[in-house]
Amino acid sequence: MQIYLPIAEVSVNAFLLLGLGGMVGVLSGMFGVGGGFLMTPLLFFIGIPPAVAVATEANQIVASSFSGVLAHFRRRTVDFRMGGVLLVGGLVGAALGVVLFNYLKSLGQVDLLVRLCYVVFLGVVGGLMFIESLNALRKSRSATEVPKRRKHGWVHKLPFKMRFRVSGLYISVIPPILVGLVVGVLAAIMGVGGGFIMVPAMIYLLGMPTKVVVGTSLFQIIFVTGFTTLLHATTNFTVDVVLAVLLLVGGVIGAQIGTQIGARLKAEQLRILLAGLVLLVCAKLAADLLLMPSELYSIGESTGH
Amino acid sequence: MRWLILLFVTWAAAAPAQSESIVADLSQSRVSITTTFTGSEILVFGAIKRDAPVEVLDPPHVIVTVAGPSAPVTVRKKDRIAGIWVNAAEAQIDSAPSFYAVSTTGPMATVLSHTEDLRHSVSKNRAIRFVGAADDGDPAHFQEALIRIREDAGAYALNEGEVAFFDDTLFRTSVGLPANLVEGAYTVRIFLTRDRNVVSTYETTISVRKVGLERFLYNLAHDRPLIYGLMSLAIAIAAGWLASAAFQIMRR
Repeated sequence: MQIYLPIAEVSVNAFLLLGLGGMVGVLSGMFGVGGGFLMTPLLFFIGIPPAVAVATEANQIVASSFSGVLAHFRRRTVDFRMGGVLLVGGLVGAALGVVLFNYLKSLGQVDLLVRLCYVVFLGVVGGLMFIESLNALRKSRSATEVPKRRKHGWVHKLPFKMRFRVSGLYISVIPPILVGLVVGVLAAIMGVGGGFIMVPAMIYLLGMPTKVVVGTSLFQIIFVTGFTTLLHATTNFTVDVVLAVLLLVGGVIGAQIGTQIGARLKAEQLRILLAGLVLLVCAKLAADLLLMPSELYSIGESTGH
Repeated sequence: MRWLILLFVTWAAAAPAQSESIVADLSQSRVSITTTFTGSEILVFGAIKRDAPVEVLDPPHVIVTVAGPSAPVTVRKKDRIAGIWVNAAEAQIDSAPSFYAVSTTGPMATVLSHTEDLRHSVSKNRAIRFVGAADDGDPAHFQEALIRIREDAGAYALNEGEVAFFDDTLFRTSVGLPANLVEGAYTVRIFLTRDRNVVSTYETTISVRKVGLERFLYNLAHDRPLIYGLMSLAIAIAAGWLASAAFQIMRR
């Protein structure tokens, strides 16, 4: 069934969109990522104009994250305090990111920058996570289970300490705010929720328990992407609500299924799967940059100079 | 009497343009884009009206063009810089129609002369207005690329021999409009040619408009962006909550 999208001004198959939304939704629920880093390139691929894809994706992430976070509320795996602190950084970061994005757009090469950002961040994050979770998996297989001792590094020497009871942490608020800020900037530039950076940052940098990380990340993503959606809707008029609805109907159902699957898997397995997925997307994007494209030319809207 | 006949013959031979004109109509003068819009077929039909018998041996031909609204576009060319493919050169095309279909009764070369093409801007290359300023010194490639990409996307088409012509008088063709239509006035032009020269033209427009929900959402997004954005967020939150609640009930 073909559906004409009013803002994107293209006609696409409704079931294709529902399917894509569902697939990405499952991953979103499983890993606590918004799924934007998968969905945005997929939308480009099926012919949605990039500007519309990025803006609409932000709106869709709000829905799938909200659906996912409710399941985490019930399981009490959301650290609201940590989420709030991350959010402070996130909102500031998103605003800064939009300013930076518009500046780069005026320079012309924003497309390349977005792609390079994807390749670098997905590569680094995916690679680190893969190695780490492979080690963890090997350790958990060996019979002698070594209790993990929390390291007391530079993170624990900073001022403004705060107790995060749900996460079982007593750390300075500076690292979480910085994490939120960086993720906010990247989220605005790359058109993603930023979960794939946030989740590892929370685990490895802040030392939060994996089970709490997913819910807290989703909680924070709702607000950052909601803010981004409003920015896009009011400045670029590129949020396509029909596209968003189709994606989110599939997405929210998928997210519920994903959360159930995620609850049954071990944390190490979850992480190694996410790492594999991140590396796969990274490899695809890197190949696009490195291999000679079949069509060297592309058509863009006139920049008017 | 003899000189009168001679006069008539020379008049008929010298100025057949005055004696033939096109009478035409479309199956529909407006296209409504609804939610389930999947493209449309426009039937273009008409006849050649002759004030006097025409005694020219060369058969007449008909060309039908349908052009979407024009807009300036930027065509970029990728190049390998430091191992990666990036947009390097670009060219500004002053104006290119979003949609352009040409249908003819025969091969373009036998139907229209180059001079007449220049004068009436009939073929694709002529429909695109491009002064030829490109960064890397080969502007023609950018125009070719634009046409190639749009042809692959189904936006540009040349349908040679697709116009049915009966008794050199009645003609009919159908032009397929794709699903990915841009709103605006689509210009339909019909040319009657003899000996590769245009003898008569006819022009009309098709109005392509979004209707119903499509129109409402489009207007809301552009006129009241904040309300539209908040509405989008509300829908997202509601859908997320509904799905979650539904799953809770299902699991019990």
